[in-house]
Amino acid sequence: MDLSTAFPTLVTDLPAAFSMSVVGLVGLAMIVLDAFRNDHPAIPWLGVAALGVSAAWEATHLGAPQSTVFFETLRTGGFVAFINLIILLTGLATILLSVPYLNQLRYDYGEVYALIMFSTVGMIMLGSANNMVSIFLGLETMSVCLYVLTGFIREDEGAVESALKYFLLGAFSTGFFLYGIALMYGATGTMALPAMAAAELGTLSTRLLFWGGFALFLVGFFFKVSAAPFHMWTPDVYQGAPTPLTGYMSTATKAAAFAALILVLVHAVPGGEWQLSVAAVAVLTMVIGNVMALAQTNVKRLLAYSSIAHAGYVLVGLSAGTSAGYAGALFYLLVYAVMNIGAFGVMSMLEWDGKEGREQTLSSLAGIANDRPVLGSTMGIFMLSLIGFPPLGGFAGKYFVFAPAVDAGLTWLVVIGVLMSALSAYYYLRVVYVFWMQSADDVEATDPVRAAAFPRATVAATGTLVVCAVALVVLGVFFGGVLETTLGFFESTAMATAP
Amino acid sequence: MFGDFVPLFLMIALALGLALTLLAAAAYIGPSRPSETKTMPYESGMDPVGSAHERYSVKFYLVAMIFIVFDVEVVFMWPWAASFHSFVESGAGLGVIAVLSLFTFILLVGLLYDVKKGGLDFEQ
Repeated sequence: MDLSTAFPTLVTDLPAAFSMSVVGLVGLAMIVLDAFRNDHPAIPWLGVAALGVSAAWEATHLGAPQSTVFFETLRTGGFVAFINLIILLTGLATILLSVPYLNQLRYDYGEVYALIMFSTVGMIMLGSANNMVSIFLGLETMSVCLYVLTGFIREDEGAVESALKYFLLGAFSTGFFLYGIALMYGATGTMALPAMAAAELGTLSTRLLFWGGFALFLVGFFFKVSAAPFHMWTPDVYQGAPTPLTGYMSTATKAAAFAALILVLVHAVPGGEWQLSVAAVAVLTMVIGNVMALAQTNVKRLLAYSSIAHAGYVLVGLSAGTSAGYAGALFYLLVYAVMNIGAFGVMSMLEWDGKEGREQTLSSLAGIANDRPVLGSTMGIFMLSLIGFPPLGGFAGKYFVFAPAVDAGLTWLVVIGVLMSALSAYYYLRVVYVFWMQSADDVEATDPVRAAAFPRATVAATGTLVVCAVALVVLGVFFGGVLETTLGFFESTAMATAP
Repeated sequence: MFGDFVPLFLMIALALGLALTLLAAAAYIGPSRPSETKTMPYESGMDPVGSAHERYSVKFYLVAMIFIVFDVEVVFMWPWAASFHSFVESGAGLGVIAVLSLFTFILLVGLLYDVKKGGLDFEQ
């Protein structure tokens, strides 16, 4: 490499790292502020400002041409801007929802918000990676922050347990991931994604090395997006983690990891040889997620299995392996982020310290919608959208991941997906039923003082939920523009998929 | 072939001989006044016998942070310093200084946080 041009390149490429720099630097400022003024109430609002500015920046770059920056280690352009927008807005909603929740628990540490920012930086890097090293760096920055965020409520045994499980299994999956990268590097001699596709895999042993490495690499990714059979950690971790942060984990993490997976599939292995294996994992994920969710009584566990099921739907879009499939998956990630952050947001406001730790069971929430109509109605919209009920965003999302799979000849896969989607109506509607149609008298276990025990919702937090609900209706009706944008990403030559 | 290794064997012999000589000299010449503290397995360390479930200060993480700050700093500064001249010759000297300054700044924030949180205050 010619060193004399290295520095000017770094400077000219800086705008591509705008969100990453702003979020990271403000995160550092938040840490410094916390060091001088412990748990200052302005800390979360600093984060909100930084995430808002970055999201606005990304929104204006949705039509930017796709190219690589920083010596081809990162990508820039519309695709990256779209994923960053999902990540940043999810982070924004998470902070707004966390403030009342952590206040109630008296755990409103400044460090929590700084960690959300740092983990967002990792996600942005993951979603714009063009190199295996960038993927790994982003993945680890994100994961290490999330391990801490899962367990920072030290006195809650459930939280500590889930943090330890997440950490141990996460570290284990990182091992698979890293080993996979090493083998792929061994076979191709490069870490850059496009160069991997161009590499000659002449002999049988080289091909074995590459595809064996790719399989291990996929295992690492499937763990992060909680696809079956690597989903075991999800229910325990989602149940134990602080609820707004569970929402963050289940949405932004998945958006970033799926974005990186799409980048790898499009650039490093464009041949589509992986199609059947991804389809098989999609089937397992949809079936296990939906069937296990039927039996849950804890709402957070229910939503955890539901998030496993939804990873399966996204994988259906990916297994099509066409531009339409990837574009549909991107659209689905957006809709999924909106509805899931909302569902976990509602749950974070319906949780209180009961006799046996924090109450999250379905039966303890009987008839709660009559006391909290805003929470009840937004939860109803989120649940209906999660089923895929028209005219909400979830319906459009499911259509755009299933239709490309049919076009790609995977009709059997879509049949299973639709059946599972119908099955999911049972447990999602049960939540709506319990919220609205049962009354507290129907359930003996109900704590009579629960109404006073709920966290007081701030205007910002309730507003976030309402915005999410409205956004779902808008996405369900005016999906055309968003889908056209996502399709545009894959039509430009830089992201063109193999025919 | 064998001749190549003569210096090595000489070195081993010298090291062993010196160590044994010093140990023997200390045993014969030095005064021996054993006390309870001196005969502990870890002299001037912690008592190795006791409950395994002792509580230790959570401040441990602050000490670990200081270690990471300085350890990582050295690990990355060493190769940077070693290749600094080639960067200067190609005219990118200021650039690499800027990059390392950014890196040091991030570490500095960590150190600042640590110190303000009482990481160096061992009296507490």
